[in-house]
Amino acid sequence: MPAKGAEVPTELQSRLQTPSPQEAAAGEIALKDVGHGYRLGRGATVQALDQVSLRAARGELVAVVGPSGCGKTTLLELLCGLQTPDRGSVVCPPAVLMPQRDLLLPWLSALDNAALALRIAGLSRAKARTRAQSLFAELGLDGFQHARPRELSGGMRQRVAFARTLLSGKPVLCLDEPFGALDAITRGEMQEWLAETLARERRTVMLVTHDVEEAILLADRVVVLSPRPGRVIAELDVGLARPRVRTDAEVTALRERALDALAMGARA
Amino acid sequence: MRRGVLRALPPIVLTAGLLGAWELYVELSGVEADLLPAPHAVAAALWQNRGLLWSNFTVTAEEVVLGLGLALACGLTMAVAIHLSPLLRRAVYPLAVGSQAIPIPVIGVLLVFWWGFGIFPKLVVIALICFFPVLVTTVDGLAAVDPDQPKLLRTLDASRWQAFRFAELPSALPAALSGARIALAVGVIGAFIAETTTPTSGAYPGLGREIVTDINFATPRAYAGTVLLFAFAIACFHTLTIAERRIAPWSIQPRGEPR
Repeated sequence: MPAKGAEVPTELQSRLQTPSPQEAAAGEIALKDVGHGYRLGRGATVQALDQVSLRAARGELVAVVGPSGCGKTTLLELLCGLQTPDRGSVVCPPAVLMPQRDLLLPWLSALDNAALALRIAGLSRAKARTRAQSLFAELGLDGFQHARPRELSGGMRQRVAFARTLLSGKPVLCLDEPFGALDAITRGEMQEWLAETLARERRTVMLVTHDVEEAILLADRVVVLSPRPGRVIAELDVGLARPRVRTDAEVTALRERALDALAMGARA
Repeated sequence: MRRGVLRALPPIVLTAGLLGAWELYVELSGVEADLLPAPHAVAAALWQNRGLLWSNFTVTAEEVVLGLGLALACGLTMAVAIHLSPLLRRAVYPLAVGSQAIPIPVIGVLLVFWWGFGIFPKLVVIALICFFPVLVTTVDGLAAVDPDQPKLLRTLDASRWQAFRFAELPSALPAALSGARIALAVGVIGAFIAETTTPTSGAYPGLGREIVTDINFATPRAYAGTVLLFAFAIACFHTLTIAERRIAPWSIQPRGEPR
């Protein structure tokens, strides 16, 4: 649940969050000593993030892994300006959120769902559809333009949600467990699909996941968070050529290192 | 075509059965015709008085349709206002609930004093009776929007109005339509109450007042009028159901029909 601070208007928030215009202009993400908590009522608070510092260069794909409840979603909400941090500073160019659940609008067709950001930006329905149409074909969604969300499979729904995210035109994509709800086979397909799509449409991506393998297959860099309150306990440069195969020795070796880091964090 | 016939069969069979039982009861029990006319007598009255009944019916039908329109307009506007303003919610909701307890004869004369013997006081009575289900279902529908949805829309830079237009409003539409159906079901009896509590100067007073006049000395005709109201309510309900399929097609669950 967003704290009361989430009510601050977006313009004001972005001004508050811009201590360094150079960094924002470069399309960089920089978090410095960020701490954030939630009030539970009756004076109790839960600390979600503690002293988190991390950076992402323009065009970089950073995966954040950690146990459930370690503040991963909070991290993305801070980047998207949905919340302001209690402590520390967040510098982030305009970011768009792809939430855990696809949140497609049931009353719109797949194409209109994908074009939602364009409609919000003030385009007419016809123009928004035309713009979304070309991306639809690229994302392997051709033929499903007029389907309603409930007629689509889970994988297809995530594709439409991703198309909606891309069409917002924002330089930073915040993906929150995008494939968490899919079965293993579909998830594997979707990971390949995402890697291909991002190779064509380069953006700065912050990918939150609890699936270490997914992080290593997709990311340039993997950041490991500790259990609540989330702190950065390891950073792994992946630096492997793409496409990556989950059975490669280098992939499995990195996976072991990330899992070790997670296990250490859990014990600490 | 065959499926249409099959679908219409159950209500036809049930209605025929009930009419048969009614006819038989009147025949065997010897109940007086002034108290309960037999179906054949009602049918005869319906045919013989078709001109009079039809003229009164059109008056009532107009009241129901316009009254429901007014009720929908008021109910929806209030629901949106209450949804957007917690202050209004606290201020208005209790009064809306209380308004449902007002016995209409208490205000009937006042309404006529304000707006005369025309149709408008009747529309006000119908709207007063019918706005409430629309208000309650729409307020709940607006509040039932997925709480993560506004978050997503905010990261897409949607304004408050856009969030309302793209998410809350369509999400509340099926609930609002359910409210409209309830309103419609009470709307016909609402018109009856309206006609019997506010005097009219029109050539035909409407079916409600006609029924009240007839019930003592032309009982079969009163029943014939009732049959018309009965059929009208069903027709309106069906019309709204068909409209719903067009207005909110996503809310109709497919029932295993082949695509």
